[in-house]
Amino acid sequence: MNGALRVVEHHLTVYRRTWKGSVFMSFISPILFLAAMGLGLGSLISRGPVRTVDGVAYLVFLAPGLLAASAMQSAYVETTYPIMARIQWERTYEGMLATPIAVLDVLAGEFGWLAFRLALGSGAFFLVMLVFGTIHSVLAVLAIVAAVLTGLAFAAPILAWTASRRTDQSFALIGRFVITPLFLLGGVFFPLHQLPQLLQGIAWLTPLAHGVALARGLSLGVLGPSAFVHLAVLLLYAAIGIVAARITLQRRLVQ
Amino acid sequence: MADAAHHNDALIHARGLTKRFANLTAVDAIDFDVGRGEAFGFLGPNGAGKTSTMRMIGCVSSPSGGTLRVLGMDPVRDGPRIRARLGVVPQSDTLDTELHVDENLFTYARYFGLPRDVARQRAQQLLDFVQLKDRARDNVEFLSGGMKRRLTIARALVNEPELLLLDEPTTGLDPQARHLVWDRLYRLKQQGVTIVLTTHYMDEAEQLCDRLVVMDKAKIVAFGSPRSLIDQYSSREVLELRFPIDATPALDKLNGLAERIEALPDRVLLYTNDGEAAAVAVHSRGLRPESILVRRSTLEDVFLRLTGRSLIE
Repeated sequence: MNGALRVVEHHLTVYRRTWKGSVFMSFISPILFLAAMGLGLGSLISRGPVRTVDGVAYLVFLAPGLLAASAMQSAYVETTYPIMARIQWERTYEGMLATPIAVLDVLAGEFGWLAFRLALGSGAFFLVMLVFGTIHSVLAVLAIVAAVLTGLAFAAPILAWTASRRTDQSFALIGRFVITPLFLLGGVFFPLHQLPQLLQGIAWLTPLAHGVALARGLSLGVLGPSAFVHLAVLLLYAAIGIVAARITLQRRLVQ
Repeated sequence: MADAAHHNDALIHARGLTKRFANLTAVDAIDFDVGRGEAFGFLGPNGAGKTSTMRMIGCVSSPSGGTLRVLGMDPVRDGPRIRARLGVVPQSDTLDTELHVDENLFTYARYFGLPRDVARQRAQQLLDFVQLKDRARDNVEFLSGGMKRRLTIARALVNEPELLLLDEPTTGLDPQARHLVWDRLYRLKQQGVTIVLTTHYMDEAEQLCDRLVVMDKAKIVAFGSPRSLIDQYSSREVLELRFPIDATPALDKLNGLAERIEALPDRVLLYTNDGEAAAVAVHSRGLRPESILVRRSTLEDVFLRLTGRSLIE
């Protein structure tokens, strides 16, 4: 585990160079989204015949969904091009593996660092939610954990995929055909039960729907026993992804 | 069998060492030993199996067959323990372009688990050693190729390794930068660091290596000191004749003038112990080459003799 800490320390050293911009972005993006969609679109809904979505103001419905979805997007961004760079373009891992650090340390360090970054980003998002007045209970802070888990449930399988690729061609496709459709249709902007049955079924097979449901339940304080199902699905995706990543990264770096 | 005398004390001991990939044998049952304090070279063209061998020694690739011991340990089982005592200069630089020059050394020292103050101190010493002290706070991307290479070498030294592995240390550098690298490597050797390097430059092997093996097509085709290889496989001197285009005389006109004659696309090489005398004889046969050069035999001639090809094609 010592080796994993060294990997995290490396990322921290690089991050000290770039943190300002990244912190700025992690506040700006939720502010823009909550203002435009939550307040702007929300004010239209509140003047309509139903006035609420699933019984709450649109902003309150939307915010925790966006929280989980933005963790998914960060996870996708961090585990495609940057990982490819460390494997192949910059060969950072090759440098690390010439020291006592082993592939498992690299992997543990990456996921540890990613969890930290996701927590920072989700924490910033949560502060913005506080300012927008969508948080009403202390337990809602656990939505940050739900978001981090959502991120890891995407990060692990995507990292495994990245490590098995020789080129970056597929990364844009993942964005276009997985991440963006999930973002738009995965229960963030409207309740999943609005979708046709088939699409609902597909959405529930992905980690996003479960992450959104968990974050929303925690944020609204209306969690039922189904929370355990959501949690289990997220953990399952993360676990399968980590095992797969262990195989593909090992094969890629130590052959 | 490269040298059985070093067997007991060998830092690296390989017998029948083999590396196979899906449809290719990169290293085909090679034997060698590297003794403490030695500068040992793998010489050969691209694709000869040098890098695969280095990666196995560096414990980042497991052998497909044969025996390999590094520092008396098994690279497959004891990888991290061996790597703690190795310095590795990979073929292409793996520097952190997002970090400053000194941060590169510091971070790398931390990979080895060195305490922060030791890591800082070592970074300063090494910057001095590779003459990059005044670039310490620069971004790596602004360094020249030669400076990057020196930084990579400095980085490989942060753990004060007993064994330094260099994969083509000066490929792509200009002559001045190469000489600076050679000078630093020579100093390390004087300090008792064991050096193993691969190269396809003959002059590099001659400058740095006490002993070397010549690899071609995954096998070792010759081994010995640079001098002994030249003695064994080449003549003392070489007479190089360059003829005007389309005016190369039939080779039989040169018969008897040298121990061995090699016709290359652009010139004819005459292997002889007395180049001057051979040159006079060429003239007396009425041949008028455009240029004549008498030089000492080099490892390039050895390689040509062993494989029928030049090293860099």
